[in-house]
Amino acid sequence: MGHKYMPHSEEDIREMLKKIGVESIDDLYSDVPEEVIFHKEYAIPSALSEIELRKHFDELSKKNKPLIIFGGGGAYDHYAPSVVPHLLSRSEFYTAYTPYQPEISQGTLQYIFEYQSIISQLTGLEVSNASMYDGATAAAESMFMLVASAKKKNRILISATVHDHVRRVIETYAKFHGVDYSEIPEKDGVSDLEQLEKELERGDVAGVLLPIPNKYGIIEDYTGVADKIHGSKGYLAMYADPSTLAVLKTPGEWGADVACGDGQSLGMPLSMGGPYLGFISCGKAMLRKMPGRIVGATKDIDGKRGYVLTLQAREQHIRREKATSNICSNQSLMALYATIYVALLGEKGLMEVNKLACDGAHYLYDKLLSTGKFEALYNKPFLKEFVVKTSLDVEKVNSFLLEHDIMGGLNLGEGRLKFAVTEKRTKEEIDNLVKLMIEA
Amino acid sequence: MNYDKLIFELSKKGRQGYSLPEDNYHVDGFSAIPKELLREEKPQLPEVSEPDVVRHYTNLSNKNFGVDTGFYPLGSCTMKYNPKINEELSGLSGFTSLHPLQDEKSLQGALELYWNLQRMLSEIAGLEEFTLNPYAGAHGELTGLMVMKKYHESRGDLKRKKVIVPDSAHGTNPASAMVAGFDVVEVKSKPNGSIDVEDLKPLLDDSVAGIMMTNPNTLGMFETEIREIAKLVHEAGGLLYYDGANLNPLLGKVRPGDMGFDIMHINLHKTFSTPHGGGGPGSGPVGVAKHLVNLLPMPHVKKDENGIFHIEGENPDSLGSISSFLGNFGVMMKAYAYILSLGRENLKQVGPLSTLNANYIKENLKDDYLLPIDGVCKHEFVFDGLKDKSTGVTTLNVAKRLLDYGFHAPTIYFPLLFHESMMIEPTETESKETLDAFIEVMHKIAQEARENPEVVINAPHTTIVRKLDETNAAKNPVLTYKMLKESEA
Repeated sequence: MGHKYMPHSEEDIREMLKKIGVESIDDLYSDVPEEVIFHKEYAIPSALSEIELRKHFDELSKKNKPLIIFGGGGAYDHYAPSVVPHLLSRSEFYTAYTPYQPEISQGTLQYIFEYQSIISQLTGLEVSNASMYDGATAAAESMFMLVASAKKKNRILISATVHDHVRRVIETYAKFHGVDYSEIPEKDGVSDLEQLEKELERGDVAGVLLPIPNKYGIIEDYTGVADKIHGSKGYLAMYADPSTLAVLKTPGEWGADVACGDGQSLGMPLSMGGPYLGFISCGKAMLRKMPGRIVGATKDIDGKRGYVLTLQAREQHIRREKATSNICSNQSLMALYATIYVALLGEKGLMEVNKLACDGAHYLYDKLLSTGKFEALYNKPFLKEFVVKTSLDVEKVNSFLLEHDIMGGLNLGEGRLKFAVTEKRTKEEIDNLVKLMIEA
Repeated sequence: MNYDKLIFELSKKGRQGYSLPEDNYHVDGFSAIPKELLREEKPQLPEVSEPDVVRHYTNLSNKNFGVDTGFYPLGSCTMKYNPKINEELSGLSGFTSLHPLQDEKSLQGALELYWNLQRMLSEIAGLEEFTLNPYAGAHGELTGLMVMKKYHESRGDLKRKKVIVPDSAHGTNPASAMVAGFDVVEVKSKPNGSIDVEDLKPLLDDSVAGIMMTNPNTLGMFETEIREIAKLVHEAGGLLYYDGANLNPLLGKVRPGDMGFDIMHINLHKTFSTPHGGGGPGSGPVGVAKHLVNLLPMPHVKKDENGIFHIEGENPDSLGSISSFLGNFGVMMKAYAYILSLGRENLKQVGPLSTLNANYIKENLKDDYLLPIDGVCKHEFVFDGLKDKSTGVTTLNVAKRLLDYGFHAPTIYFPLLFHESMMIEPTETESKETLDAFIEVMHKIAQEARENPEVVINAPHTTIVRKLDETNAAKNPVLTYKMLKESEA
């Protein structure tokens, strides 16, 4: 008997029970009504040794098929330098909890401060919180921020060109919270800005969400949009891929009030959908409406630089049902991931990552069109992700690619395929992809 | 250790910390993007070499205290040991390289693990089915309350707008109810922290959607009248939500479903040993009774009659989506490995040993610290500060003094039922020797408070930074490196 994670010897237990003044551990449950006591055995397997556990995971792992990935859709196969997982595996980081005791949590607090600084540089907005669960929930909470800021307005307008999985989550959150959700339709692959103007004329729009790039990979032109939204006393949030913000016009430069999105593109493993992180960044004006943890710099009584959780008066443990949000944590370790990743790459590295992805994507795009089996659909500028239309049988093509350990483009229906290229793809892989698609 | 640089302060033009392949596409993708869609001003990011980065973050890690550093009796957070094999297994590239949207045929191993975990949690909870999509406990609460709301709406019962929350509840409970669009009604606790059934009865009308409960409650006391409460709430047409933050002591002893709960969340980062990660990523799976299964969020993993696993994306009854994809899969792998490592025979020891540890500390310290509620506790308990109130030493002072002695502090000033709350949760992975060392230090602090209170009041003394100015941090927020430079200029 005994298990390696539980250090109690028989003697320990005896002595402890004696101190407590009871006969058995069962006596410590004497207050629990008999009818709710679970007397059976759990119907789960008995203990596995480490050797057996490892074998089980290896067997499960073999039932998966790691692929050469040409799919995106909000999760991108970027590369993180080896240093990132190495540093993340320091258990002083990962076995700590929320930095409630700042004197012994300066490591966590400082990297969150660095993270906030980096996110704010990428979005072009002044401040950032310590991170949210994922891009979709960050977007939903961003829209609530806008509603809370716009007096007596309760309607949000989400562009139909925001990723589907993000819109689904915003819609769910809005429905339950009692916020009116509507969409700006898409036209030729971009947000229908004429329609947006008409909606704004109703005067009831609290907030608008527009994507950078959009769900088809298109970089939309929002010239003049922020002014119109602000003119109607509404606010603008933008859902952005943070990796691309090293290159693309930022939410700050477009005049947005809030930026949000998913940090996955900052080198995080795809990991079947998580953990990633959500970010929210905003101008100082909206700081106190922002949900989640925020870290601030300060000094200790000796005048030494230090960091603390700050502006907690917004949060659930103080405000309870009057809080800005129910979130009581952040995706801290993933914020560290993003921080180290960006620290290693810097502005120049991020630029090169985007350049490789962008050149690869355009190379693939041109190559597909040159086969005659694919045609351009939107003819709009894109960075690393794009949609083409094909006369080929999409399902057949993708099954054939799967046999060759390739994840092809995402099937959008009606012969539309969406491809993503990152710096991890090579010219040879792209040539092979196109060759196999034609063969299929 | 005096290292206090920010990564930005190591930056020097021309340094780099990465290597990338040559661009051999002979295509200029950027030229196809109109200039007005490109960023005008470059981001100010660090330019540092790889060794700089490694040393910088290693130095930062040395400024942190984790479960691996020492005892971390943070009440309500279940800071148990985080097994190392789980870290390794969850990092296998056969899992981490999987794209969430790749063909489910190529995800069968990951989906099998996912489905197995859904089944195991259902068994441990005594509930019908789990969704693993929620990312954290608070996210689980929100999801569970959405299930509750959807349940009433699906039956055409639209007047149930209220959720009852005890005044001793975690702050997330009322906040989650607010986000889910409910009105919060508080029910008072009895002096022992339990729900007062007589106070509850008049609240139970047809405007009540349900009640949120933590059992054992936030004082570590088991709600002995739970069956009666369940009966009353169900008779009134409401549902019972179980806040799984305090599930640890019930492992092997009590299943929430058997107590009458309809909905619950589990914190995998508490009960199932996955690391807290400095605040996350966690995972907050939500379990429901049979009549609520169809309402769970999408996507959901199912197994067909041929043993093939599927990701179900559409279900007209579902409440909708609360996550981008399938939740924090990387965290689930660790919880799954933990459950298999313990197996059914050791899992049932977890609750009893965590309860043994808590009672042992409580009995040893109640001479010096004020125990407002006597009797057996479960995995945690609350002191109302020092017993001797004449010293001027507060719970905050004691907490800070503990840092000098190499322990993390307990949760302080929660629950709100007492002025000087100090909530201690030792978990089952701590040895008697560790508990004895903690007990000795707590006695020593009590003695210091009597004999030399200043040393406690001015603590901490030995940490790398001392008392930090939190007031000014909130009054003049400095939240980024740019703001810091401006404030120092």
